[in-house]
Amino acid sequence: MKTQLKAVTAATALALAGGAALAEGELNIYNWGNYTNPELIEKFEQEYDVTVNLDSYDSNETMLAKVQAGNTGYDVVVPGDYMVKVMIGEGLLAEVKPNEMENFGNVDPKWVDVWWDEGRNYSIPYQWGTTAFTVDTAVYDGDINTLALMFDPPEVLQGRINMLNDMNDVINAGLRYLGYGRCNGNEDEMREVLELLLEAKQHWRTMDYSTIEKLTSGDVDLSQNWNGAAMRARAQRPTLQYAYPKEGFTGWMDNVAVLADAPNMENAKLFINFMMAPENAAMTSNFARYANGITGSEEFMDEEMLSAPEIVMPEDAPAPDFVQPCPQEVVDLYNKVWTRLKQ
Amino acid sequence: MTDTSLTLAEQESRRRRRQTRRALLAPALIIILAISIMPLGITALYSFLTPGTYGGVIWEFTPDAYVQFLFERDIFDGTLQFNDSYLTIYMRSIGLAFGATIGALLIGFPTAYFIATKPREQRNFWLFLITLPFWTNLLIRTYAMLLILRDEGLINLSLMGVGVIERPLSILYTDTAVFIGLIYTYLPFMVLPLYASLEKLDFRLVEAGYDLYANRFRVLRHIIAPIAKPGIIAGCILVFIPGLGAYITPALLGGGKKLMIGNMIAIQFGSSRNWPFGSAAALILMALVVIALLIYARSVSKGARAHG
Repeated sequence: MKTQLKAVTAATALALAGGAALAEGELNIYNWGNYTNPELIEKFEQEYDVTVNLDSYDSNETMLAKVQAGNTGYDVVVPGDYMVKVMIGEGLLAEVKPNEMENFGNVDPKWVDVWWDEGRNYSIPYQWGTTAFTVDTAVYDGDINTLALMFDPPEVLQGRINMLNDMNDVINAGLRYLGYGRCNGNEDEMREVLELLLEAKQHWRTMDYSTIEKLTSGDVDLSQNWNGAAMRARAQRPTLQYAYPKEGFTGWMDNVAVLADAPNMENAKLFINFMMAPENAAMTSNFARYANGITGSEEFMDEEMLSAPEIVMPEDAPAPDFVQPCPQEVVDLYNKVWTRLKQ
Repeated sequence: MTDTSLTLAEQESRRRRRQTRRALLAPALIIILAISIMPLGITALYSFLTPGTYGGVIWEFTPDAYVQFLFERDIFDGTLQFNDSYLTIYMRSIGLAFGATIGALLIGFPTAYFIATKPREQRNFWLFLITLPFWTNLLIRTYAMLLILRDEGLINLSLMGVGVIERPLSILYTDTAVFIGLIYTYLPFMVLPLYASLEKLDFRLVEAGYDLYANRFRVLRHIIAPIAKPGIIAGCILVFIPGLGAYITPALLGGGKKLMIGNMIAIQFGSSRNWPFGSAAALILMALVVIALLIYARSVSKGARAHG
């Protein structure tokens, strides 16, 4: 009887140890959907003998809500700029000190002292881009570099427009069109924005994040869009063109960071360092079609990326506007405007 | 028979049986308590808390979430003003769910009648066809509807092909598309209970009606409909309630321009960062459903008394 018990205990201990050993070889990545190059994951798995599990989200807020709930089991997340700042403030990110890692020298100096992570103690650049819009020039052949196409559309584009289903992107575009400041707490100005949006909404067909699919299926001829998505859509519908509106447009950067409660901390750090190698950053860019902020990655990028009008901004385009997180009163006001718009 | 007339052995065996019954019920009761009542309790609790800055809740009690449902606080002078945003969303959802229920009834009744009047050995085949869609995930089926309704989808291409229309009809991303999607999704829930009650229909009664010179409409109204009534009511409840909280259908087919209750609640936990309001909105929805069910239960028991 006793020996039997011992055998069972030993077997259990072995099984547990085996489980632990297996867990050491894992990395759980939580990234935006359709944003991770599968070949890159394969390369990391082979180089470090680690099994990578990938899960995806569709907005910073979805990711935040899930991470806040705790015990997600995720190690690596890819928050946008303002979300990095929010998550550092909430104590959700681990201070993994990428700035002391081997490959940190590759990070373009202009992306080191950023407002969301001064000196890069928590995160590294993943991809950066702009949010403007894409138009089919076969449908509309006038000047496309103005937000008027979304807010006061010509007849051919009426009812053929998709906007991002994103409170900040839609309201910021409205504020730029009216010439008002970002993070706007002025009620009169916001009321004007609401009127503008309500008037324009009659001409919008959808409000949806899946911009590539909306454009390539022919559901719409204009879509508010991110530049990399614009490039991917153009590959299937060559008459599409990405606009650089003269009123301004949003710039953003997504960043690789490690969660404070990451179960596989060492593998997560390996991944951070891995992602700062130029050839690996280039793999992501070749898939997602955005620039990456890692110097030296250009030589590994697809030829067409280096000359693509979505990536290489024209000389006369305004500088991208990196929008900081707004104070709570402003978020509340934006929420009211957004609910009114969608009621 | 009273307990005193029982032998001790009989009493003992009764007591044991009662204990066994309780022990066997316990797992089910615990599961109901753990997965149904507790989450509901948490939702109710959260609805009275203060929203955290970046989602989550702060442990300060306030009825604000319920006030916010009907009123909005002016951000400068703090006065309360009536706000119909959320009511509008609820009314739209109720309207669409109600319309879908009527639509499903109009399509489902003839379908169920058709199956119930088939020879017994064929009925299982037809029922199998009704349940067939459940073999595929709802998201996939809704996406397939999107492909059918799209400008260059099956409906528009075939209508243009036979020359009925010249330009594609804009069906997708409208309330019509949501309406069609809801009927499609919930139709089996209407057909199955209707079939269950129509199957029991004694067709000699229908013949008797005709023999007494009732026309078709009178037979339907005075013979078939009363017999099918439990099925009609069960079907309507099974379509209306899930239709009210539908999330995938309006999100995919509605184009995201207008909210239904389900989508409105979802964004409270995402970009709006207001968990208490999301919880309150969910509870208000549940209260509406429970009230509707209570009214139904009362009318049924009244009807039963009147007949009895």
